Amino acid sequence: MISLELLVASAIAVLTAAGVYLVLRRRTFPVVLGLAFLSYAINVFLFAMGRLVIDRPPLFDKAAEGYTDPLPQALVLTAIVIAFGMTAFVVVLALRSYLETGADRVDGTQDAEGDQ
Amino acid sequence: MLLVLAFLPLIGAIAPALAIRAGRNASALAAGAVTLSALVILGALAPGVMAGETVQVRIDWIPLLGLNLNLFLDPLGLMFAGMILGIGLLIIVYARFYLAKADPMGRFFTYLLLFQGAMLGIVLSDNVLLLLIFWELTSLSSFLLIGFWRHLPEGRQGARMALMVTGAGGLSLIAGLLILSHIAGSTDLTVILQNREAIQASPLYLPALLLILGGCFTKSAQFPFHFWLPHAMAAPTPVSAYLHSATMVKAGIFMLARLWPVLAGTDAWFYLVATTGLVTMVFAAVVALFKDDLKGLLAYSTISHLGFLTMLFGFGTPMAAVVGVFHIINHATFKAALFMNAGIVDHEVGTRDVKRLGGLAALMPIAATLAVVAGLSMAGIPPLNGFISKEMMLEEAAHTVWWDQAWLVPALATLGATFSVAYSFRYIVHVFFGKRRTDYPRTPHDPGIGLWGPPAVLVALVVAIGLFPAVVAGPLVEQVARSVIGGETPYYSLSLWHGVTPALFMSLAAIGLGLAILAAHHRIAGFWHGLALPDAKALFDKAVGAAARAAVAFTDRVQNGSLERYIAMFIGTAVTVGFAGYMGFADGGGDHPTTPASAPAMVGWLALVTATVLVLVNHRARYVSLIYIGIVGLVISLGFVHLSAPDLALTQISVEVVTILLMLLALNLLPKTSPRESSSTRRVRDGVLAALSGLGVGGAAWAVMTRAPDTISAYFWENAYSGGGGTNVVNVILVDFRGFDTFGEIIVLGIAALAIFALLEKTGIGPSGRRILNWKPDTPRSPEHHPMMLVVATRLLLPLAIMVGFYIFLRGHNQPGGGFIAGLVISIAILMQYMASGFQFADQRFRADHHTVIGLGVLIAAATGLGSLVFGAPFMTTAFGYFSLPMIGKFELATAMLFDTGVALTVIGAVILALAQLSQVAQSAEKQVQAGTDEAMDVDPSRPASPEAGQ
Repeated sequence: MISLELLVASAIAVLTAAGVYLVLRRRTFPVVLGLAFLSYAINVFLFAMGRLVIDRPPLFDKAAEGYTDPLPQALVLTAIVIAFGMTAFVVVLALRSYLETGADRVDGTQDAEGDQ
Repeated sequence: MLLVLAFLPLIGAIAPALAIRAGRNASALAAGAVTLSALVILGALAPGVMAGETVQVRIDWIPLLGLNLNLFLDPLGLMFAGMILGIGLLIIVYARFYLAKADPMGRFFTYLLLFQGAMLGIVLSDNVLLLLIFWELTSLSSFLLIGFWRHLPEGRQGARMALMVTGAGGLSLIAGLLILSHIAGSTDLTVILQNREAIQASPLYLPALLLILGGCFTKSAQFPFHFWLPHAMAAPTPVSAYLHSATMVKAGIFMLARLWPVLAGTDAWFYLVATTGLVTMVFAAVVALFKDDLKGLLAYSTISHLGFLTMLFGFGTPMAAVVGVFHIINHATFKAALFMNAGIVDHEVGTRDVKRLGGLAALMPIAATLAVVAGLSMAGIPPLNGFISKEMMLEEAAHTVWWDQAWLVPALATLGATFSVAYSFRYIVHVFFGKRRTDYPRTPHDPGIGLWGPPAVLVALVVAIGLFPAVVAGPLVEQVARSVIGGETPYYSLSLWHGVTPALFMSLAAIGLGLAILAAHHRIAGFWHGLALPDAKALFDKAVGAAARAAVAFTDRVQNGSLERYIAMFIGTAVTVGFAGYMGFADGGGDHPTTPASAPAMVGWLALVTATVLVLVNHRARYVSLIYIGIVGLVISLGFVHLSAPDLALTQISVEVVTILLMLLALNLLPKTSPRESSSTRRVRDGVLAALSGLGVGGAAWAVMTRAPDTISAYFWENAYSGGGGTNVVNVILVDFRGFDTFGEIIVLGIAALAIFALLEKTGIGPSGRRILNWKPDTPRSPEHHPMMLVVATRLLLPLAIMVGFYIFLRGHNQPGGGFIAGLVISIAILMQYMASGFQFADQRFRADHHTVIGLGVLIAAATGLGSLVFGAPFMTTAFGYFSLPMIGKFELATAMLFDTGVALTVIGAVILALAQLSQVAQSAEKQVQAGTDEAMDVDPSRPASPEAGQ
């Protein structure tokens, strides 16, 4: 029987691995994608710290049978928005750097002739 | 009292710097007043200390680290504090008249008082960590003093060398004292001093001893660390007289004396300390004889006498410790006087070169008298104080056996004394006697009392102690020796005549031989200078140069400017450290019951993994990878729905939309593909790093999720409705319990948006402006600038979407929703207009200034939070009440809603600002290509039928 926990943990692993691999590329855009992947992975990881619960949304009701941990959710909610702010900033930074130098590499070096 | 005493010079250091505005005298007076006040306090404390009581101050500073402001004053501290302050006062007077008009005197006295304070701190500290702080402070302040004449390269180099050697020694001392306090279980010196057995029995005794000696020997210029002291002579002479005779170089001796009760008495101590001292004493005495620079001669003589003291403490016998204590006083008096005397000669004659001096006795009789008395004391001639302590030292040396060799120590000690006589007489004879010369750089004459007064006081002490040792110095020596030994002193007598002892013959031999050597000085010097002796400075520079080159080579290798490499290093380090942490417990997971996965969940997982792999495979094709990453975001949103997190799902999906829009806009101008650049080995390396990172993070998640939760959320659950007035606990946490966090987050978001604005604001000028001017569209363009269907649809959707946004906003407190999500939904509604109808159309209609919206949002949130203060509640407390209106019915109003309004406004402002700015740049680039009107719904009938035809 495959458990939900296993699915989520492996998804986090896949997202992290993809994020790390892309962050290590030389061109700006894959790095931006990598950061997005890392944001996904981290947000899901944080969320998973509250454990996985089905059909128990943290909406207060005296009749509720139970609830999932609301705190990680609150933290992740702001984290998602902040991650957006960060991604937006990095994308724009990449764009400005490209426009300024004509180089699309993260370290701002120019493309050498035939270096492809 | 003690606290005031310890910190008076440090705090008072500012006084001369301020007083210098009123003139040099005012500055010197300020410095003198500070020192004199400290001396008066010390004088008030002295009788008690001499009577055997120990003054203590204990203030907890960082008790958990064992770092406390614990001070104590015992006789040893009293003697050193007296020297530091007493000689300090004389030096201040002397320096006032020594320094030239051009020298910044305020700065000088400030440095001097800083040093004085640091030195005082060392001798008064009861806490080893505190002591180490002061120890380092002396290194730093002496650096400033040695390099005081910053225009002189020798001064700068000498200062740097002193700092490096004593600083390195300081590090060694830190390690040693930490080991010591570890063994004793306390950082208090007084406690450490009572743990002699535990310390000497510990296997860590030898390492601790070596490290502590490393600190003491560097500070007190013991061979082979002595070389910095002669170079520190580039300092102004008052500094040399103060630091390098009486105070700083004695700090190492002080530590030897302070730790004597716990460290001394072992073979290791004897062979390490006594041998080093003996070698240093003899070696430096020989070198001193051949120095032509007066200060160089005195510097090596100081090193020699420091060796003398080190050797005495190294003997490890109580009697030798008594002699050591006595000689500390004697050396400070005659050596400081001689340094000042050398300064007088330099000042009045214009040179310190012995070869250019001679015959000054008649020209400057006062200076000559002082030099002769102090010099004879240094040579160890009766009836001066230097004679008594040298006699006692020789007596101790006479019956010290080194490695079964009874003759070795006495012979070498006599040799050291011999050369000591020779160089002392050289100072006296070659400078003040002999033929008067005609080629002095200046016309020599005696200085004013300001210069000769201070050394005269010391010379008076030299004579007084010499004539009446038991009366003048006896009580102090007795008390100090007791506190060094930590018990009763052996029988000794401080007097000029000890009877016919071996020491007497050794003394006589030293004087006779010394005078003979001086007589033959000319010939021996020629031989000496012919020797190819290693130059310590050249060796030091070489070593430093090699270290610097190695550092540069290492840095160049590690930091080659490649960001990918840095990131790879960071990740590699994190992976290594992380897995090293794992190793402790091989973890297959806990026993918390897991939840079986449903079929949709597995499908979602499959979609996510497939999309991720597709992004990885296609990451060079940028548009395509954006589509795949969109799938990932979608699956995560659905996952949140499934896992009881409706708020997160709503947030994730709306952020996803905005993010993809943003990336699309940026891609418009960025290259559309990434070339294949990395080698296959690089890809394999990155793949391994990535796989390991994934394994680590996923494994950690698994390890946590399979264990029972331990959470503080019950509090939130119970108080959300009753205290925060909302049933959506997540939202209540955001706007109430952790409202301050949220407040910070929206500020960060606002700053990010402003930074984006700043980055894009100036793209129109400079190289990026030229690039935009020459921009050629590299993807096929639609013939319709603003597709009619899209324009119409989005305009219809706008009010609907905004209403949905408001709905989500209003229900947020009780149902999934809230300010963040509402802000994002409304932003998307507005962004659709930008997309469909173009930047100009939307920008003209979106009247509000984005910056204002962001600012307003933050201000509203802040005002709401502060509002609770007005009602006496803590910052960010929600107030709420229930109201009813006809037609609408009962409803709730909470201040949280106001706060959420601020959140929503900030999100809207930030998102629109970022994307609008980005699309404006793209727009301005496209303008260059596509002339004509840019009004939405304005179709040009003459438009080309297909993009290819248009080009």
